[in-house]
Amino acid sequence: MAVTGAALEREAPRRRRRVSGATRLGVALFSPALVYILALLGLPLVLAFLYSVGDVTVGSVGYEFVGLENFRSVVESPSFRRALVNSFVFTIASQVIVIVCANALALALRERFRGRGLVRFLILLPWVAPISLGAIGWKWILDSIYSVVNWVLAKMHLVNLFDPPMWLGRPALAMASVIAVHSWRMIPFSTVILLAGLTSIPKELPEAAAVDGAGFWRTHFEITLPMMRPIINVALLFGVVFTFTDMTVVYILTRGGPYDSTQVLPSLAFQTGVLGSDLAEGAAISMFLVPILVAVAALMLRVAHRAEVV
Amino acid sequence: MAGPRRSPLTRLGRWLIVIGFAVLLAFPFYWMAITTFKQTSDLYNVEHDPFVFNAAPTLDHLRLLFGETLFLRWFWNTTVAGAAVVAITLVLAVPAAWALARLTGQWGQQLGIGIFLTYLVPPTLLFIPMSRVVSWLGLQDTLWAIIVTYPTFTVPFSIWLLMGFFKAIPRDLEDAALVDGLTRFGAFVKLVIPISVSGILTVVIFSFTLVTQEFVYALTFISSAEHQTVGVGVPIYLVRGDVYYWGSLMAACLITSLPIAVVYNLFLDRFIAGFTVGAVK
Repeated sequence: MAVTGAALEREAPRRRRRVSGATRLGVALFSPALVYILALLGLPLVLAFLYSVGDVTVGSVGYEFVGLENFRSVVESPSFRRALVNSFVFTIASQVIVIVCANALALALRERFRGRGLVRFLILLPWVAPISLGAIGWKWILDSIYSVVNWVLAKMHLVNLFDPPMWLGRPALAMASVIAVHSWRMIPFSTVILLAGLTSIPKELPEAAAVDGAGFWRTHFEITLPMMRPIINVALLFGVVFTFTDMTVVYILTRGGPYDSTQVLPSLAFQTGVLGSDLAEGAAISMFLVPILVAVAALMLRVAHRAEVV
Repeated sequence: MAGPRRSPLTRLGRWLIVIGFAVLLAFPFYWMAITTFKQTSDLYNVEHDPFVFNAAPTLDHLRLLFGETLFLRWFWNTTVAGAAVVAITLVLAVPAAWALARLTGQWGQQLGIGIFLTYLVPPTLLFIPMSRVVSWLGLQDTLWAIIVTYPTFTVPFSIWLLMGFFKAIPRDLEDAALVDGLTRFGAFVKLVIPISVSGILTVVIFSFTLVTQEFVYALTFISSAEHQTVGVGVPIYLVRGDVYYWGSLMAACLITSLPIAVVYNLFLDRFIAGFTVGAVK
């Protein structure tokens, strides 16, 4: 090491000269990606803001600044209020389910056992398969007439097969179904993230606690869980973004219905801005995603920062 | 390895959780498989036990899917779009990641985190202005619309992932190549890229699977059935009016999901390393 250090010192002047050339090369290699990101991510982001405070429809050519007019009319609409509340219910409920289930599953999968690879593959399926296809599978499972869930429940004499629950046709049931299917999709993702965190905890620690006579729950809550805090935060932050901004499950299962009871902000923005051609109001609805995204980004930076400092 | 003995109760609990979740999470795919091979009359009879074949299995749904729908076309579209997006992603992300990892110092680290954060910008925030941009480019209702826009989420995450790979390469190795008379760029092309093949392969798989999984942009930009991808074509266009052809629909879901799942599964640990940022050491 010392030799390398001395060699480096001797080379220092030459190095410094080379740095400017290296930086120039760095800029040249980085700029294509930067230009692309600015053009196709930065520009649309700016346009999204402009549309939300302007007067634009699909047919229009001009642009007129209208201030907060779009936001006013959006906020006054009952559909929007419903979607705003639903978005929070959808996100909070599914993330609670996901974090609890993923914790249990990660702990159970922690140690190696025979068949672990197969079990992992099965558990990961909902995340790795395209969600639009998984959701259509659930649409069949929750079918109004031929639902296998109803068939099983009827066998257990819990429901009447000739007047079965309409999983996607009644407001409360539809919301519960959408939350369940989205949780189904997100549990594998959080589980693997938590597993990655678990393996980084030195094994000796919980074992030492066990030897000292601490029971499973005590070890879990007083040692394992606190050590997993940062990684749980990461799983939660990604989970919130992927849930709050997602419309696939809702769109495929219910199209936001019945009567807007499962409408969330992204699906309402799609319906208004794309299907309804009202770009300005659609953009205004999408803007309500921004505060959550900014908050998550800020928290994410803090998590990353703290992890690097420690 | 032989930790303290677990009580039988803990072990039982562990098995219940593992088996319970495996069944619950994989069930829809089992259901797709059984639906694929059931006769229509068997599917649509409330009296029938849905878990078994009450009539002989059939290949009718597969025949319908491959013979009379656009499924193969969608499959092909997805493959083409996937390959194109992978190519664009590599061209943009590999040099950018190396530049940020090696050449720009502290500044690069900051930029890298900034790039990573753009991965969080969701399609549902941008789809409205993006559809305008797509039509300015004259690409609406073509496969090009998604080929041009999908790298907006594959490039940032790939840069982030590759930065990690490049940083793990010992700097001395590159410096030695410089002493041997290579230029810095030459060292990148002849030395760094060949030893980063596994990282680059991860990016290839990641980008390709994201193309198969994306739903919102394809739904927004492409309006005719024959230009669609599998992810939108199957759930939207295999339904005619209110008629769901469940047999063919489930067959399509299964046939598409399984290969993607198998490949993704192989590379999963590396993607997760990208997601966990610095929270795991």
